[in-house]
Amino acid sequence: MLQTVVDANPAGETATSHDSMLAAYRFMLRARLLDDKFAALYRAGKIHGGVFLGRGQEALSAAVGVSLKKTDVFAPLIRDAAGRLAFGETVLDAVRTYLGSSLGPMRGRDGNVHRGRPTEGYLPMLSHLGAMVSVVNGVLFARRMKGLSGMVGVTCLGDGATSTGSFHEALNQAAVEKLPLVLVLADNQYAYSTPTSRQFACHDLADKAIGYGVESHSVDGTDLAACLKTVGAAVARARAGHGPQLVVAKLLRLCGHGEHDDSNYIDPKFKNLPLGRDCLKVAEELLFREKILDAATLTVWRSQIIHEIDEAVATAQREPAPDPFTEDWRALASENLLETHLENAAR
Amino acid sequence: MSITYLEAIREAQATALREDPRVFIYGQDVGAFGGAFKATKNLAKEFPGRVLDSPISEDAMVGLSVGAAIEGMRPIIEMQFADFSTVGFNQIVNQAGTLFWRTNVPCPITVRLPFGGTSGGGPFHSQSLELIYAHYPGLVVLTPATVEDAYSMLLAAVAIDDPVIFCEHKFLYYHLKAEKLPTEALPIGKARIHREGRDLTIVTYSAMVHEADLAATELSAEGWEIEVVDLRSVKPLDTDTVIASVARTGRLLCVGEAWPWGGVTAEVIARVAGEGFGLLDVPPERLNAKDTPVPYHPDLWAAHRPTARAIAAAARKILRR
Repeated sequence: MLQTVVDANPAGETATSHDSMLAAYRFMLRARLLDDKFAALYRAGKIHGGVFLGRGQEALSAAVGVSLKKTDVFAPLIRDAAGRLAFGETVLDAVRTYLGSSLGPMRGRDGNVHRGRPTEGYLPMLSHLGAMVSVVNGVLFARRMKGLSGMVGVTCLGDGATSTGSFHEALNQAAVEKLPLVLVLADNQYAYSTPTSRQFACHDLADKAIGYGVESHSVDGTDLAACLKTVGAAVARARAGHGPQLVVAKLLRLCGHGEHDDSNYIDPKFKNLPLGRDCLKVAEELLFREKILDAATLTVWRSQIIHEIDEAVATAQREPAPDPFTEDWRALASENLLETHLENAAR
Repeated sequence: MSITYLEAIREAQATALREDPRVFIYGQDVGAFGGAFKATKNLAKEFPGRVLDSPISEDAMVGLSVGAAIEGMRPIIEMQFADFSTVGFNQIVNQAGTLFWRTNVPCPITVRLPFGGTSGGGPFHSQSLELIYAHYPGLVVLTPATVEDAYSMLLAAVAIDDPVIFCEHKFLYYHLKAEKLPTEALPIGKARIHREGRDLTIVTYSAMVHEADLAATELSAEGWEIEVVDLRSVKPLDTDTVIASVARTGRLLCVGEAWPWGGVTAEVIARVAGEGFGLLDVPPERLNAKDTPVPYHPDLWAAHRPTARAIAAAARKILRR
């Protein structure tokens, strides 16, 4: 059965939801401060390659991370620092990957947002948009074959990724297999520089769910409480066996595609619209207004988090860079099947 | 009793499903229908829930297999025709091919590619794509030429901890027969001397092994003894066996059904020239398909790909130098 759920702002919050708001907000704050650090390191020339921030998307991303259990599967995208932290990634893993430490999860072989720990259900993204959706399907498919249940898989995409063949194939596949997949779309108005008017022609990306026979949910991506409720509900629906769920959040990317991009193409009109609000500020104001958080606590948090990040950066900067001479240059797990006669072969 | 190349592929999959609970098969029409070529005939019935039809989504088929492999399964993906694997190309080369390198997590998937020309196949049901997959790091590319290898190499492929592109030649499906399935096999990565000779080495693989063998028979009537090396595996490529053969014959012809630009034949010649230049009495040659899409009409097709006659002609040219 097809159902479109449009969640209203939650009213009458309980103590529990205050706690979850506060926990999610803390992940947002950590992500923002971590992103700020990466941006500073980038400007200082300390990072090889690009830096990709999640400014403006922390509420949605944190809501995804806190809705998941350790046993779930998560394939984040480039603007998901908050969700990654909430799913259990350490600041040190993130920093080590950006700084190319040989001790990080990617060991200098891949960098920046291309990080994960697949055996822990945390999948490292490709740059090819939409390519992770079917991989999440595969993990869920295999778990079902093994008789495991009650788990969900979540992957995040932007509006641009909905134009890819991979997106279409994988969402259709998940629907056919009725997998517990939650596909979270951040409709942030631009795919790099391309506005949504050049990306898709449907009224709302949530409408795409109808064509795939999956349930959809729309949410204001700048509103943490709404994101928690909506993403939580979608995850619960998937976990309860109602098949794939599409969550579409409207928001605005508050940074360039990467730090190399000044994003001068962003139409100023968006900044004055509700979707152009900074979700971190919106959450902060709500938490203050509802007396869930006070300014003194926030100051302590900020300094704790900045200390945590600075410690991680200092640690990673002291660590050895990968060494081309001890690198095994081996792309196969099977040592006996390596090419032995290529000029640059492993051995 | 005799068994065809195609039946050997079915039997290998049945054996893998029977012996390893981690194995499943996913692909278009592989379920109750038994596959476009019947390579999974009755397997859905024999192994309920483990041989499953996929939507027509090569990208998502391969992506799903990678996720399942991360989760410890041993998926076999059937591409209905190798030609369609290009739709899943990104997932094969960028997802499966990079997983181990990036994360240290193995990616044991087997992607079966029914490939190569058959009469009437035309441009989109005839392609030989082993080279494009061999070009990418992180993939193993197998090209069995015999019924015995079709069986034992497919079983081995499923056991390999890396993504395997299993190129099974459609032309051999029904033509090639053996008395029984093998109980032992050469290891993966080892080439096989298909036919011994002293005057010229023909290095080839898959269906071209049989065309080369026919050419060698034709040339034997003229007094030439041709050695035919069956690579079996395109990647890794058993350079030692090739160079040892060239050391015996001093002459090299490489034959492939794929297109001529680059390719396995070019790779073999580059290696022999680099490591065994002094072993060559005359310049090495190669013979490939023509640099056009594969034609539909049998007369055009026969002229497009190397045949026994074309191989014999190329060999004579080298032998008379």
